Amino acid sequence: MIREPEYMTLDGNEAVARVAYKLNEVIAIYPITPSSLMGELADEWAAAGKPNLWGSAPLVVEMQSEGGAAGAVHGALQTGALTTTFTASQGLLLMIPNMYKIAGELTSAVFHVAARALAAQGLSIFGDHSDVMAARSTGFALMASGSVQEAHDFALIAQAAALRARIPFIHFFDGFRTSHEINKIALLTDDDLRALIDDDLIADHRARALSPENPFIRGTAQNPDVYFQARETVNPFYAACPEVVEQVMRQFAAQTGRAYQLYEYHGAPDAERVIVIMGSGAETVHDTVDHLNANGERVGVLKVRLYRPFDGARFAAALPKSVRAVAVLDRCKEPGSAGEPMYLDAVTALVEFGQFDPMPRVVGGRYGLASKEFTPAMVKAVFDNLTQAQPKNHFTVGIHDDVSATSLDYDPAFSIESPDTVRAIFYGLGADGTVGANKNAIKIIGENTPNYAQGYFVYDSKKSGSMTVSHLRFGAQPIRAPYLITAANFVACHQPTFLNRFDMLKEALPNGIFLLNTPHPPDKVWETLPRPVQAAIIDKKLRLFVINAIQVAKDSGMGGHINTIMQVCFFAISGVLPRDQAIAAIKAALEKTYARKGEAVVAANLAAVDNTLAHLHEVSVPDRVTSTLEWIPPVPASAPPFVRDVLGMMIARRGDDLPVSALPVDGTYPSGTTQYEKRNLAQEIPVWDENICIQCGKCAFVCPHAVIRIKVADAAALEGAPAGFKTAPARDTEFKGMAYTIQVSPEDCTGCGICVDVCPAKNKSALNYKALNMRPQAERLEQDRANWDFFLKLPEVDRRRIKVSSIRQQQMQQPLFEFSGACAGCGETPYIKLITQLFGDRAVIANATGCSSIYGGNLPTTPYTYNHEGRGPAWSNSLFEDNAEFGLGMRIALDQQIDQARELLGRLAPALDPELVTGILNADQHDEAGIYAQRERVAALKARLAQLESDDARRLLPLADVLIKRDVWIIGGDGWAYDIGFGGLDHVFASGRNVNIVVLDTEVYSNTGGQMSKSTPRAAVAKFAAGGKPAAKKDLGMIAMSYGSVYVARVAFGAKDEQTLRAFLEAEAYDGPSLIIAYSHCIAHGINMGTALKNHKAAVDSGQWILYRYNPAAQGTNPLTLDSHPPKLPLKDYLNMENRFKMLELTQPENAAALFEEAQKDVQARWALYEYLASRPYGHENGAS
Amino acid sequence: MNLSTTYLGLPLRSPLVASASPLSEKLAGIKRLEDAGAGAVVLYSLFEEQIRLEQTALEFHLTRGTESYAEALSYFPSPREYHADPVGYLKLIQEAKASVDIPIIASLNGTTPGRWVKFAAQMVEAGADALELNLYAIPTDPDLPGSEVEARDLEIVRAVCAAVQVPVAVKLSPFFSNMANMAKQFDGAGARALVLFNRFYQPDIDLEHLEVRPNVLLSTPQSLRLPLRWIAILFGRVRAELAATGGVHHGTDAVKLLLAGAQVTMMASALLKNGIDYLRVVERELVEWMDQNEYESVAQMRGALSQINCPDPTAFERAQYMKALTYYRTEAPL
Repeated sequence: MIREPEYMTLDGNEAVARVAYKLNEVIAIYPITPSSLMGELADEWAAAGKPNLWGSAPLVVEMQSEGGAAGAVHGALQTGALTTTFTASQGLLLMIPNMYKIAGELTSAVFHVAARALAAQGLSIFGDHSDVMAARSTGFALMASGSVQEAHDFALIAQAAALRARIPFIHFFDGFRTSHEINKIALLTDDDLRALIDDDLIADHRARALSPENPFIRGTAQNPDVYFQARETVNPFYAACPEVVEQVMRQFAAQTGRAYQLYEYHGAPDAERVIVIMGSGAETVHDTVDHLNANGERVGVLKVRLYRPFDGARFAAALPKSVRAVAVLDRCKEPGSAGEPMYLDAVTALVEFGQFDPMPRVVGGRYGLASKEFTPAMVKAVFDNLTQAQPKNHFTVGIHDDVSATSLDYDPAFSIESPDTVRAIFYGLGADGTVGANKNAIKIIGENTPNYAQGYFVYDSKKSGSMTVSHLRFGAQPIRAPYLITAANFVACHQPTFLNRFDMLKEALPNGIFLLNTPHPPDKVWETLPRPVQAAIIDKKLRLFVINAIQVAKDSGMGGHINTIMQVCFFAISGVLPRDQAIAAIKAALEKTYARKGEAVVAANLAAVDNTLAHLHEVSVPDRVTSTLEWIPPVPASAPPFVRDVLGMMIARRGDDLPVSALPVDGTYPSGTTQYEKRNLAQEIPVWDENICIQCGKCAFVCPHAVIRIKVADAAALEGAPAGFKTAPARDTEFKGMAYTIQVSPEDCTGCGICVDVCPAKNKSALNYKALNMRPQAERLEQDRANWDFFLKLPEVDRRRIKVSSIRQQQMQQPLFEFSGACAGCGETPYIKLITQLFGDRAVIANATGCSSIYGGNLPTTPYTYNHEGRGPAWSNSLFEDNAEFGLGMRIALDQQIDQARELLGRLAPALDPELVTGILNADQHDEAGIYAQRERVAALKARLAQLESDDARRLLPLADVLIKRDVWIIGGDGWAYDIGFGGLDHVFASGRNVNIVVLDTEVYSNTGGQMSKSTPRAAVAKFAAGGKPAAKKDLGMIAMSYGSVYVARVAFGAKDEQTLRAFLEAEAYDGPSLIIAYSHCIAHGINMGTALKNHKAAVDSGQWILYRYNPAAQGTNPLTLDSHPPKLPLKDYLNMENRFKMLELTQPENAAALFEEAQKDVQARWALYEYLASRPYGHENGAS
Repeated sequence: MNLSTTYLGLPLRSPLVASASPLSEKLAGIKRLEDAGAGAVVLYSLFEEQIRLEQTALEFHLTRGTESYAEALSYFPSPREYHADPVGYLKLIQEAKASVDIPIIASLNGTTPGRWVKFAAQMVEAGADALELNLYAIPTDPDLPGSEVEARDLEIVRAVCAAVQVPVAVKLSPFFSNMANMAKQFDGAGARALVLFNRFYQPDIDLEHLEVRPNVLLSTPQSLRLPLRWIAILFGRVRAELAATGGVHHGTDAVKLLLAGAQVTMMASALLKNGIDYLRVVERELVEWMDQNEYESVAQMRGALSQINCPDPTAFERAQYMKALTYYRTEAPL
């Protein structure tokens, strides 16, 4: 008998992890978006001792890479454990070698994959099937689920089938669309799991394991005589697999009432047109088919659940005999193929097994790459295509392909949304808690009422000040609509700053509701709305509700968090639940959510609920448009055409409308485009007081976003300065008589305040007033905008005149990394900015995937820029794991080109000015003047070469620029350097090549949300180290020093900025590999970002972070110099400054006490060791030989 | 020699009591205090304001930057429970009660009357033998009359005393217009003991960094003059017991306070400075003095030199202050 199931609202990742956790004993993982949450949940559950189906907690191990995870999985399977892993995208690619082995050895296992795009012309974290398709030849079975419920169910079906079939499975579901969609599903019980999982098969799995009690070998090397035959031995298992899966599905249906088929047809029994598809897109087709058939069409969908082994006979048999035209939709692209994979499989199956007369026409198409929307309108277009006499084949749908004309036209207005479903869209700012509140709202509806609820969240590409858009559906029937809402009954704007930038009411349905958070009172708000917003409200007859949520939040003790307030507004006016019931449910949910975080938090939230209802007002909508305010263009009209017409569209959230022809063919984008995207994030910005300033340059040095700049200028250059443009006489003798100025870019500043914190210059009579002080941006905007524009026009200071070893002068160098999308107060970007100031005009940068590649290279606009001569950093990102090698390749290429150029120059010497040739070949380029002179010589050379008629001259001309010094910088985070890329990094150390490696050490995987790395210090709480990391931080610097030929420095700019500067100068000057390990404070540390430099200082003062430089170029003296003092601050004083440590005291006090003590011992031992090494007699020091 | 006494109705083996300090933050410290002979332990003060700030800070750090950027929807694991105060504090009371035999007095500083009552009840439920209400606030609003401050403090004491079944002590500041009247009013509000006096953190100026840094200065033996005076004056005039705190560094300091009328003498600074075992030294000195001066019990000493029992009652009053200065001037070398 089938019991009434328990329902829960959760996302796809959790739906899968709950089953996978129950059914496994070993889980080896590595974080990668969008699958990370599955591993994190498993780790949290294991840490809490949650048992699996057999009563013990699985062992969850985080590996150094997905390759490592796959190896560990393979080993665990061979040793008889039920083992799983969670991954996606590049991670799956790294697992492929092991997957061949696991499958070749007929090992039962399931890998759960949140399917994601692969990095090609650009990286994408979003969902498609490129990754699983790349693994389709490994021998793994591939099973696709298309919804949160299916993902939950198939996690069990795949595991049961893997045990029976002895074939390993990839169970995949669409990254983000399914992995991150929240939906109400029926939960599987332990009884359901037990009914499907056969203990005898587990015993068989164990019996096949390696055991010295029953020794055998597996993993032989096979010769041409037998490899082939041995490879064919597995055929019967693959042949039987579809039947096995079908049996399991039948058993599953009997147990749960939810029936699935391998190739599941849905639609008109006499359909002539059918779409074949797998994944979440199948749900969209399913609903569209129902809609079209209800309107007199005869169409159907064939959902592919089991893609490998592909059972052609079952596939063909599942199609109705009436079918005349089939469209096979693949969510991937295989360039140069005869068609995408599933299309080819379908064609083959129909040819081999189809019993049709006539044979239906089959066409293939691509859709939904990297989470591109796939909507009912597109489905209709695909069906319409099939009505054509000559339907378009190898088509695309969802884009406008004006280059190859592959795309199908579709009608965006076509909608099949049920009128019974309440649809709501919320526009929020990342930091305001909108998404969290909406997730709560879904749970409230899903778990307190018989209604169904669905939530999907669209995030921005920037880490700070980003926009979030929440799409929520509620209704009496299960909701299967894996696409964004385009017709909403309710639209909420949680941030008034969005009002004149985005058309939020485009999606509003007539007679719908518009809720606005605004600082303006109800009787004044109408005048503040832009004209198009007023027009939309009037035309669509929208009801307008307003609340000053910021004020209510402040009054309720909620700080800037308006989440609860806006959630209450939604429930109060949307009618989705009776008001009183909704409010009671919200209060209950708040108490439940926040209880463990403390009474104070609960109390503030409950107060906010009551205050909200008292401050929510409906505005009487006038009958005519009165506003003259228009949309603010995304970029200024003066921006270059590509920025205006292409990047501007992306900024305005209209990138979907860009045709194929608008985009570069090879992933190459112009540098320096963040300057056009004025984000106006800061509430307050720093304002300079020239009378107090001591011109130390520290403010510009620490600014993470390069928004605070310094120049000196001649009086003449200051002519035409706006009134209010500030200068002071330059203090440095080298610039005597010139005007010194510091200017802030008001629209690019994020308002982190770190510059004010570092400013050492105070008013003698009022010590709370400094040379920099935060003031409201609004009151400074006009003046500072004019000032900034003028400042930019002032000539850059001649780099040859700047003493780069002194921060006060060095900071006059132009940053060539500006206005990135990094977090406000980021601890990494000041280092990158410094590199670009010192060496940006000659730098080639290899950047590991991670935070620095995202804020460095995520579209629409990117921060690496160029100077007035057009020179700037040349930047690229290859992968996460290969960055050291990627950079080494750049160096080797340059070295080879330099050799080649010098050789050609030597050969061409007779035809050239001998002085020029000698000058170039013997150039001293150790400083700016030397490089400047070489640039002039190379320019002269190129001019001359252009006149020469020889092959050598023609070969040298495009190479000549390499004769000017070029630096290779290899930049990445600790996840790369300590873990996934360490092997390559180590090889680059050993190579002896002249590369400069910077590890931005945040001591966790910051970009994927704070997972432990081998750099994580002992006692820090991180994901996968919920109980505090038990082991000490790996000493990467010591490893590098052991070569004796690697320059190594450990720096923390907030503790000793001059040492940081010196290390970068020395590293660049060193003719060999250099490594700088840079302490990078991070939002994942749980600190106040505006005062983060105090954390640098405490880290150094406590001895947790020793500052040193190890310079192999030191002649005859000890290469190691310690730049920090012996530990003088108790380590605990530092640890208590950061939530990552403090949290351990709150969660596991005993563990904290023990680990803190161990960590203090680490400090003493580390200092003793470094002190010993630094004081050893060396060379001729102290008479030693 | 009989050192035993009672305090808040609880029998104590000695009048030397550990006052609220970091020494009682951990169970191990409480056990060591008992081993060293403490008659009772007042646990470190639970500051509700601090709890609120800590909870808010934790919530801030756990949620900041979350649900904003697709790859990092959070930055910390989400533990199932926190041992943050008051949970940790209540757990400490329970552990202490299970581990030591001496009375455990919980110390509380609340924010609003309702919150004081709530936390007080939780402490009693956790097993505290008595409560010490730490009326620790520095009124800085020039528009707030002293009478309102006094009324607020009295309201708190009344509310807590009405709500809990265990005896309640009130730790006071000396900064009332009429200390004796306030003592009487607290007495009337239900306080079973008055702890004299609270010592506030005092701001200091860091001349190197030009910053204001509040810190706590440990008491010196001279500090006992203030409680000494008021205990002597109040002894026999209020029903509540009088506990002395601040300035007990030697056995003789305890003797003086007992003679003035203290029910118990509390120590923190001397133990922080010299270690918990120093309590044994103080006790030995106390016993030696009693022995030499032929006192048989603490009860015999108590209040022997209080104002009502003192040969020269005016010695504790203001006039004496004037006289002392005159005397000092006269004796000073010219």
